Amino acid sequence: MKRAAAIVGIGHTEFSKDLGRPERTAALEAICAALDEAGIAPAEVDGLVRFDMENTSEVEIAQSLGLEALRFFGEIGYGGGAGCATVGHAAMAIAAGRASVVVCWRARNRSSGGRPWARTGMRVGGEFQFSAPYGLVRPVDQVAMVARRHMHEYGTKSEHFGAVAVACRKHAARNPHALMRDPMTLEDHQASRLVSEPLRKLDCCLETDGALACVVVSAERARDVKTRPAWVLAASQGLGREQSVMTNYYAPRFLETPSTTAARDLFAQAGIGPGDVDVGQFYDAFTPLVTLSLEEYGFCKPGEGGPFAEGGRLEWPDGELPVNTSGGGLSEAYVHGFNLILEGVRQVRGSSTSQVEGAEISLVTSGAGVPTSALLLARA
Amino acid sequence: MQRPLPEPDADSAPFWEACGRHELRVQRCGDCGARRHPPRPLCPHCQSARVEWERLSGRGEVYSWVVAHPPVLPAFQERVPFAVVLVALAEDPGLRLLGNLLDCEPGDVRIGLAVEVGFEELVDGVTLPQWRPVERVG
Ligand SMILES: [Zn+2]
Repeated sequence: MKRAAAIVGIGHTEFSKDLGRPERTAALEAICAALDEAGIAPAEVDGLVRFDMENTSEVEIAQSLGLEALRFFGEIGYGGGAGCATVGHAAMAIAAGRASVVVCWRARNRSSGGRPWARTGMRVGGEFQFSAPYGLVRPVDQVAMVARRHMHEYGTKSEHFGAVAVACRKHAARNPHALMRDPMTLEDHQASRLVSEPLRKLDCCLETDGALACVVVSAERARDVKTRPAWVLAASQGLGREQSVMTNYYAPRFLETPSTTAARDLFAQAGIGPGDVDVGQFYDAFTPLVTLSLEEYGFCKPGEGGPFAEGGRLEWPDGELPVNTSGGGLSEAYVHGFNLILEGVRQVRGSSTSQVEGAEISLVTSGAGVPTSALLLARA
Repeated sequence: MQRPLPEPDADSAPFWEACGRHELRVQRCGDCGARRHPPRPLCPHCQSARVEWERLSGRGEVYSWVVAHPPVLPAFQERVPFAVVLVALAEDPGLRLLGNLLDCEPGDVRIGLAVEVGFEELVDGVTLPQWRPVERVG
């Protein structure tokens, strides 16, 4: 599948606390922008891949785009874990000859639409029947439990998590589309209120309305587009032994998330290692997911994700591994991590507002702590 | 305001029924003897569907914990800040169960704190396992 497909168009709406229009309108705006950028007519689209949490169906998209013959469509589960897999499934369909122009998107009015956890029902089934009755219902609580154990085992500190938030904010300040552009210091992070100890408000991502889309095409179709293609070098998914969704507390290896499995396969497919990655976009619904991912994707040893985040190592332009260069979910927008995919594309195109000079290989990861996915993109 | 209650299914019903009798029981494979929690249809080691429900001592220690601050569900509004603990069970530290920590200030929780199970009876015959420090803390 290596270089069988490329992302050739990206598009998004503005990011907002209240977009003022329905998710499906926003989805179509983002999709049309992505197609337009690539110079591809909507009629050429023959594949669609979406999140299963997406409220807009393939049917609605196909109707409005006037698609003549949709040949491939599918849905990926597990919330923020789905992002990179939408592109991965698109690339596989293309490699298998089942489609040639596939659109992936995420539209979510997560700010004006309210908090999913606040709608917890009076009866809770599935694995959450063992957590919700105790008031452990917010994603921040679910992640804080893992963060605490990591702090205990390895001496990780709140300041390490803060370094991730500060790096994202620095990058957001350079991105005109980012929602949070005011300067933030480590002191600001430490002074922000506790939400779920050990995590603070500034460990949490934004709550955003917005939509993003990308267009994945075959190598052949990529020869005739208006943009510089971003090759899909590798795309992986992952779920390890006895792991769970969010309350990933019961598996034999407590501090291992599904990312470990996704990372192993990702680099094996590409035939490269973490040392070859020039820039990373790490799923950052909460700061500890970034420090954990730095370990699981092999940028440092297990337990060293916290110290790795210090010393400006994650910051553009001089850091060893600039991450979330558009500001990420923490400071640009939180749309289930789809903005990370678009920024991964910009980096290998050379068009980021915090462009890593000569970036050849860009890593994008999706939700940690849920069944997940990841992408390696390469400069054309 | 009622907190969310568990909705038992075919696999978990015996767990909740045992809680109703103030017994902490977990699944044990009827073939290879491996314990597991949360309840699931098959043993992950040998794929056997044969299950016994083993009664445990209810002792364990805090493996990790969080303290929730606002905003929280309305049912928990009056308890904030409150602790949720993940407990590693004495018979098999690989088995972990969540719960609230009762009779203990959130500031006194620590990893390794020895706890024992207690049972909190809620509405509609639902009984939750909860945790208390074995020795007085604070
Ligand atoms: Zn067995």
